[in-house]
Amino acid sequence: MKSQLRDQGTGNREQSLKMLPLIALGCALVGALAATPSLVAQQSKPWEQIPVPKLHDFKPQQPKRIVLKNGIVLFLQEDHELPFVSGSVLIPGGARDEDAAKTGMVGMYGEAWRTSGTAKMDGDALDDLLEAKAAHIETGGGGDSTSLSWDSLKGDADQVFTLALDLLLHPDFKADKLGLAQQQVATGIVRRNDDEGGIARRESTKLVYGPNSPYDREPELATIGAVTVDDLKAWHDRTIGGKLIVSVSGDFDSAPMEAKLRAAFEGLPAVKALPARHDVFADPKQSVYFIDKEDVNQSNVEIVGLGTDRHNPDVPTLAIMDEILGGGFASRLFQKVRTELGLAYAVSGGLSFDYDHPATFRVTVLTKSASTVDATKAAMGEIQGLTSKPFTAEELARAKDNILNSFLFRYDSKDKVLAERVRLEFYGYPADYLETYKAGLEKVTLADLTTAAKKYIHPDKLAVLVVGNGPEIKPGLEELKLGATQTIDITIPMPARPAGAPGQAEKKQ
Amino acid sequence: MRSRTFSWFSKGLLGLALAGSAIAGARAQDLKSFEQRITTKVLPNGVTIVICERPEAPVFSYSTFIDAGDVNDPSGQSGLAHMFEHLAFKGTSEIGTTDYAAEKVALAKVEAANDAYEAEYLKAVGRDDKKVAELKQVFLEAQKEAHKYVVPNQFTDVAERNGAEGLNAFTALDETVYFWSMPENRLELWAWLESGRLSDTVPREFYKERDVVVEERRMRTDSNPIGRLVEQFLATAYVAHNYGRSGVGWPSEVSQINATEALAFHQKYYIGANIVVAVVGDVKAAEAMPMLEKYFSKIPAGPKPEEMTTIEPKQFAEKSVVIREQTQPFFLEGYHRPDYRDADDAVYDAISDIMSNGRVSRLYRSLVEQQQIAAAAQGFSPFPGDKYPGLFAFYAVPLPGHTPAEMRDAIHKEIDKLKAADVTDDELQMYKTRTRADLLRSLADNQGLANNLAQYQTRYGDWRELFKQLDKVDKVTKADIRRVANKVFVASNRTTAEIDTEAPAAAAKKDGGAE
Repeated sequence: MKSQLRDQGTGNREQSLKMLPLIALGCALVGALAATPSLVAQQSKPWEQIPVPKLHDFKPQQPKRIVLKNGIVLFLQEDHELPFVSGSVLIPGGARDEDAAKTGMVGMYGEAWRTSGTAKMDGDALDDLLEAKAAHIETGGGGDSTSLSWDSLKGDADQVFTLALDLLLHPDFKADKLGLAQQQVATGIVRRNDDEGGIARRESTKLVYGPNSPYDREPELATIGAVTVDDLKAWHDRTIGGKLIVSVSGDFDSAPMEAKLRAAFEGLPAVKALPARHDVFADPKQSVYFIDKEDVNQSNVEIVGLGTDRHNPDVPTLAIMDEILGGGFASRLFQKVRTELGLAYAVSGGLSFDYDHPATFRVTVLTKSASTVDATKAAMGEIQGLTSKPFTAEELARAKDNILNSFLFRYDSKDKVLAERVRLEFYGYPADYLETYKAGLEKVTLADLTTAAKKYIHPDKLAVLVVGNGPEIKPGLEELKLGATQTIDITIPMPARPAGAPGQAEKKQ
Repeated sequence: MRSRTFSWFSKGLLGLALAGSAIAGARAQDLKSFEQRITTKVLPNGVTIVICERPEAPVFSYSTFIDAGDVNDPSGQSGLAHMFEHLAFKGTSEIGTTDYAAEKVALAKVEAANDAYEAEYLKAVGRDDKKVAELKQVFLEAQKEAHKYVVPNQFTDVAERNGAEGLNAFTALDETVYFWSMPENRLELWAWLESGRLSDTVPREFYKERDVVVEERRMRTDSNPIGRLVEQFLATAYVAHNYGRSGVGWPSEVSQINATEALAFHQKYYIGANIVVAVVGDVKAAEAMPMLEKYFSKIPAGPKPEEMTTIEPKQFAEKSVVIREQTQPFFLEGYHRPDYRDADDAVYDAISDIMSNGRVSRLYRSLVEQQQIAAAAQGFSPFPGDKYPGLFAFYAVPLPGHTPAEMRDAIHKEIDKLKAADVTDDELQMYKTRTRADLLRSLADNQGLANNLAQYQTRYGDWRELFKQLDKVDKVTKADIRRVANKVFVASNRTTAEIDTEAPAAAAKKDGGAE
């Protein structure tokens, strides 16, 4: 989990509500992840006597990359273990590029694109045909991209590809399917304050990027109600001419597959890049924010600030610092807040990295109402400690071991290798980025850590958000001594008429 | 952290039902090819080891499957199996300590101090609060003393420094499962760590970890509307069997479990005959098996714990739970069904698939697409476990403006159709085709495969059943579906649970606010 999650930067965030946050059956051990190195002498360490032989040779199979004359990029990754073929087309442009007054549009586009289908075959007929073959074609709208993907058994691959291509190039957006998508999103909107963790993540992100930033604005009943079928068509026309990245993997031979993809994509016009974004990012101000929730007995505490992006040459150092702060069972946060104090099941956090804009700095602690202040102070103490408590050689060695010894799980399957190459292509990073990154990690020194902590860790630029049961939080948040607590109103704006009625927006026109 | 959605627990460990014949033989994915790659050995102490060779990359994943979960918690100790699972990450007499001999003495004092404190605290008559406070202080001091010998989190630290990925565990009602992945050159190190923690558990930092577990309960159950609803739903649906009991534990019980109880649970259930260890990846069985045998032989032998004698009596009255609060509406219902060994097990899977799987499913088409009253609607089974008779459950998430009662009526209408008329040939065939394809898709992942092999080896005594289940799936008929639907989906066998949204004003009144 941990660092891997942060690496998954491509915007394939499906906004579907098909799987609402539901029930937890069992209980996983790791709520989240953080180390006071033990300096005491220890009895013998038998595990150190166990031989660790040389790792078997392994050269991950790289996909074949082809750039068509029009600028479209193809990746082919053969994998003959199972009789399946899958593929995807990644399209630049996502929710951050949509009209703020229609926030939620790209998410609904991702839904309605597939459920509408094409003129030749509507979405319902497509469902029947594909499910009978245990095959899938899906579309989705994310933060910075949209996508179309497909997979099927090998024997059905040609037919499914033909259908997917038809959907890519000839979608037939329908009002009733937009209406369905609006209802789904509306359900999510009216339910969003039932989930304490969701409130905490959402509102703390707004404290970082600002309330109306393209990186955190939320769909509202009014904004989704304003979306029309014409908006979906216009969005499709605007983005489909972008630099598409087409990737296929599975049980096929590359030569005929390449011919097939060329035939499908070579005839498209030359790609046009979206206009560059010029987002401005600023650090939040130090302050305490509070959201009252009467039906909980646990506080969700978020300590947040601005993170960085992967172009930053300090990223390897920051990744090591991150690991020391909140990366695992032995990290400082986990050791202090969970193991030593027993104040939380879930405690985690650190600086995260995005590929083309600053991500967030975020430390999360879930603790019983009465220990809200103690747990928050303990977590803030560990953040502050990055600049005051010297990093030890032991911590550095441990962090490097943790990251580097599990590094091969980033490319231990052909699909992971392919996904990484697509991601790097999308964000314009060199194909050998992982190797460069790994070499960077290996070189990090204690002096690098000290310098980076001074440069990047500024407790006075971190906002603290507490979501919890006000009357139960004793001592109160004033004990944090960070100034007057500001209460955030999360009341869901309700338009005069019910939103999400099918085709409703069309009627207005 | 693993989040569990309905699809995840619809079939116990992995949402895997098995089926179908439409797909021609795949290259290396049939039973025969797996028989060539899988080696199984039952050690003299009863531990079963399953090794599956899959040298796609120099890594392996493992799954240790303990045939005991919170359903086995003794009365008054709900949450115990889960509490023990947390203890299994605290190290052994060899790892996590600076001086085990001294620590052992200190831990015994912690336990004695807890016993004395608890005895006074729980006195129904004549409790002396001053004495309670003093004894609590002695208890806290004893913990501090024992803590001097602790090297915190050393067990997980050694695993993570050696490349452990996805290190975690979960406790379900039926089972406890430990798992992670590692580079293949750490196989012996893993065997040392895993066999050690299974056989040589120390009640290190037990009482602090208990606080952590109580936080986990606050997160999953108390502070989560659906978590609260499900706990009440199961407690209502079951009157005798432990499936009705909170898995994470009732607050008063989980907060008072002690280390002696946890170790007694370990002694009874963590014996060889109750443990299957599956390893999948870049491993050669011929070389690995003797080494694994050496380490896992440390686990004590012992009689397989007696099977539970409680059988849930037949339900004869419809029951319902209504939670009125200021959260959004939700509907859930369940019908008792037999356990996984029942001859109709695959029929229940067919019903879930036809009712719930994808946009072609009956519930989606009816409630979501046509009537437009729900954002999602599904049936799933078995819940909350598969080892003992569980429930066939349905849920629906109402769209804004729609009520749980509408969800109930719409679901019942679909159930009635299932009882009155046969499903179509296409629907039945789709179930069989998708089940087989899903099984195939699951084979390309070391961790998923390890979990499956360990689960099937435990539940059927033979991992081959993972593939053989497809035969049972193939045999499901339209008549079977109709027969089972008519047998199980009847009102007297039903428990419903719903959240009715209360207006804020009504809530204020309930709290005793004057008008």
